[in-house]
This record gives sequence, C-alpha cells and structure tokens, in this order.
Amino acid sequence: MMKPEISRRSALELIGGGVVTALLAGTFADVAKADAKMLAEAIKKAVGDGAMKEGKITLDLPEIAENGNTVPVGFSVESPMTEADYVKTVHLFAEKNPAADVASIHFTPASGVAKAALRIRMAGTQNVVAVAEMSDGTLYTAKKLVKVTIGGCGG
Amino acid sequence: MASKPRVRVPKKAKAGEIITIKSLISHKMETGQRKDKKSGEKIPRKIINKFVCTFNGKVVFSADWHPAVSANPYMSFSYKVMESGEFEFTWTDDDGKTVSKKAKIMVS
Repeated sequence: MMKPEISRRSALELIGGGVVTALLAGTFADVAKADAKMLAEAIKKAVGDGAMKEGKITLDLPEIAENGNTVPVGFSVESPMTEADYVKTVHLFAEKNPAADVASIHFTPASGVAKAALRIRMAGTQNVVAVAEMSDGTLYTAKKLVKVTIGGCGG
Repeated sequence: MASKPRVRVPKKAKAGEIITIKSLISHKMETGQRKDKKSGEKIPRKIINKFVCTFNGKVVFSADWHPAVSANPYMSFSYKVMESGEFEFTWTDDDGKTVSKKAKIMVS
C-alpha cells in the first residue's frame, strides 16, 4: 500500500513558507499597532484622554483618491453654534502619514455652522479621523477610509 | 514663500445670513520629509502653520496646519454676517513672516 508521499524538500518548503508568512504577519501587525499608537498619542496631545462619542460629525471624503498629494476633505458638525453651545475645534488626523496630525480648525459662535473644507496629503490608503471638541468639553469622533492610488508624502 | 493670497467673499449679504468664504494661497508647504534628489539630504520643513480670519478686528475663524496640508493650501469655511465690515485674512509661515488680505462686505 502506498503512503501519501511528502518529500523532505516539500516538507521544508511548507515549514519555511509558514515561518515567512508568520513573520510577515507579525511585521504588519506591528506596523498597524505603531500607527494606532501614533494616532492615539496625537489625539491625546490635541484633546487629552477624555471619552469620545461617535456621531455628530459628517466627513466628506472621496472613497478613492487618485493623487495622495491633494485629497479634498470636507466636514460638518451638528451644533446650534450659539455662545452657550458651539463647536470649538475640529482636529483631523491621518494614521498612516509620517505624522498623524493634519490640521486643527477652530470655530467661533460667529461661524454660524461648523463646516469647513481643505485639501490634505495622504501617504497611502488609510482612515481619516476627525475629533470635534465642543464648547462644554465633550468630544465626538468619526472616521472614514480613503483608498489612495499614489501616496503624497516624501518621494 | 507665500504669495498670491486669494479670497472669495460675497460683496453683499443680508443680516443673519451664513456666507461661505473661500481662501487660497500659493505656497510649497515643504513637509520636511522630502529628500534632495542630488545630495540625498532632507529638505527642511517650511509650511504655513497658521491661518486666521478676523472680522472688524475680532478673530472669527482660525486653523493650525501641519505638513499634511497640501501645497497651495485651500480653506473654505462659514461666517454668519450680522453687520457690515471688513475681513482680514492672515497666513503665518514657519519663519514668522505673514501675508494678509482684506475683503469688505455690505450688510443690508
């Protein structure tokens, strides 16, 4: 009776392949972790470590950006924009850029609506994260994934 | 070096109307990440890091920009006009130099 044959070579290949895959997966996980850490630190630096709620922010970003050198970003935050209750600042972050900070936009009750637009650089496909700081200190967050065809940092 | 500041502000508006203001300035916004192709050395960072809009002398909108803001930075935002007056827009470079532009609005 014939046994299913596994040669020494194919066995080594199998093991070797497994090790390489595991190493690669480990490296990617580390990179992702480093990005998340950089993002968390940038957010902490900007607004402290208060609790963030999801919602109130609408991010207007393309699903696919052909050129990472100039990606249009628009956003609006729900708020009555009165002296007693308004959006103070909206911080924008990009977790996979060399530095996570993108811009901090400061509003006043005179803004009427908390709405703004600008153009940003993105190093690659990644989440754009917005954190809104209200006049009473509460924090809201939102994020959106943008696929970038050509990265826009360095080169 | 910042040059050619451009702003778009409506000339007239009704009291209480929320207008949209658009601004644009020519600037390389050197990130500090790029390398000189010949020498291989990093090109130092040089960006506009601050944009401020005042109305009749009072700050009504401002922004802090990091190197991730694109070259020739564009910014649009809103303002609720209550009275006639003058906007002043100021862009501040990393080296401290500023460029300003003014625009008037008539409120009926």
